Amino acid sequence: MARRVLGPGQKRVSAGGVAADTVTVLWFVFALFPIVWMFLLSLKNNVQQTSTYFGFTPTWTNYLTVLGSKGEQLTSVDFKSAVLTSVLACAGATAVSLVVGIPAAYAAGRWKYKGSESLMFQMLSFRFAPELMVIVPLFVIYHYLHLFDTTVGLIWVLQLVTMPLVVWILRSYFQDLSPELEQAALLDGYTRVRAFFTVALPLVRPGIAAAALLAFIFAWNNYIFPLILTDSNATTVTVAVTKFLGGGGQAYYNLTAAAALLGVLPPLVLALCIQRYLVRGLSFGAVKS
Amino acid sequence: MSALSDETAAPPSVPAWRRGIRPYLLSIPALAVVVGILYPFLSGAWYSLLDYSAGNTHVKSVWFANFADVLGDPGLWRSVGVTIEYALLATVVETVLGVGVALLLNRSTLIGRVLEKVLILPLMVAPVIAATMWKLMFDTNFGILNHVLGLGHTYNWLSKDHALFSAVLVDVWVYTPFVAVLVLAGIRSLPREPFEASDVDGASWWYMFRRLMLPMMYPYILVAVIFRLMDCLKIFDIIYALTAGGPGTVTTTLQINAFEDSIIHFDYSRGSTYMFLLWVLVFVAARFLVGVLTKAQKRAAGTEG
Repeated sequence: MARRVLGPGQKRVSAGGVAADTVTVLWFVFALFPIVWMFLLSLKNNVQQTSTYFGFTPTWTNYLTVLGSKGEQLTSVDFKSAVLTSVLACAGATAVSLVVGIPAAYAAGRWKYKGSESLMFQMLSFRFAPELMVIVPLFVIYHYLHLFDTTVGLIWVLQLVTMPLVVWILRSYFQDLSPELEQAALLDGYTRVRAFFTVALPLVRPGIAAAALLAFIFAWNNYIFPLILTDSNATTVTVAVTKFLGGGGQAYYNLTAAAALLGVLPPLVLALCIQRYLVRGLSFGAVKS
Repeated sequence: MSALSDETAAPPSVPAWRRGIRPYLLSIPALAVVVGILYPFLSGAWYSLLDYSAGNTHVKSVWFANFADVLGDPGLWRSVGVTIEYALLATVVETVLGVGVALLLNRSTLIGRVLEKVLILPLMVAPVIAATMWKLMFDTNFGILNHVLGLGHTYNWLSKDHALFSAVLVDVWVYTPFVAVLVLAGIRSLPREPFEASDVDGASWWYMFRRLMLPMMYPYILVAVIFRLMDCLKIFDIIYALTAGGPGTVTTTLQINAFEDSIIHFDYSRGSTYMFLLWVLVFVAARFLVGVLTKAQKRAAGTEG
């Protein structure tokens, strides 16, 4: 067996290397095939969706159908307005989490104070709490407060997704920041608030961007909250996509595929933008890339 | 870790007591949101002590009758079994594959570097959409999988015998990149000297992997495993979109079961009881996780070791 050093940047041409390359490629075929296949399926017409596998005449009409009124008739869901709701709710939830979470993350990253660890733990436990435990009471409360099936209601409940992410990621960034920088600013006569805004905040900007985009992505990908806490007014994209498959009568595989791709596109694009900071965000600051 | 020593940090004009409450003031908004979430959460725990359902107008406390009822129900234990089977299976497969993919990509060949750019794509697909996509591919008559794998029109991926494995397959597709990116980042942060030294000493690849890399990667793998395990215990969206718990009850996990009780049958108390039991399970695991995470975070921040 060929010996090789496992450190980064090591290359060696050998039988083992070729085998490893083959396995790598096989993995990526498995990982990417479903997305490629959805794209192909989304380009087929109603006849070819069930009659052919790879040979077909591509057409864009499925995307127009999904976004248009015909898709709405089939699924009783207006996909365009679902996209709008998703954007508003996820951006809103992320914004609230940032405004509220940045000070808390700064406090937890800078000082050790009584209760800070339990606040952080409480945040994290939300991330791992079974969603239905909260949804069932909210289902009752939302009807009472008229928040059921509203974007505001979604923003509230999505804090469960976005808040822990923002606070934990940014705490790790603030911990990384040398306190001497702020001390220098304070000695120069800056107030603490000004030191925070002019020194600390700009330095953690990559962290804020990563946390915000990840929060948006995970809020976008959430399903169980909008499934139960919204109806036709504030349906989100994830819920809308599943409706294409659920409709009785004829199955619209091609429309489902088109809707799925439309729903998947925003997170994919955003994720590629923050790839460098992704690992740290995904691990809540535990693993640095 | 008290990062700022207060004597030098704060101007003398700020009295000590104000410096003391500063972190609390900063945490108030977050605390308010926590309370906003905690309230329904505690209501949920309270519901599990009531006989609350949509049809019941005289809600009264029944203390632990729900727990006795639910714990004596074979349906609960069935779904506990399904949940644990799903969680263990998915976590083990994802960890093994994820570590494998990370090792492959760590070779940094040209192919690897190109493909690494798209490694996280499946992870960014909403699990429910992933399940929908796979459901199209699983289709017995028109699905691509039976065609490509040469299984004809007879193999039913979502039948009684295969449904759970198919759901795990979707989970593996979505979340293996999660393990892989974490472990890959971990491997790359390891010091290179020990590996070079053992290479010079003529150690085999397997020996180096077992004796050097695995122990050094352990914290990263552990973080990934715990995240996966705890997410799997409350799995809902993949299964709901794929099988909705069926056929029969072969894929009915705890959250699917609670969903049926409280949302479909409007028995809020029964559903809450299920969730309370699951929450206890997750809470214990979360306590453990925080210790591991905090330690790993400190290591990442360079304040320890």
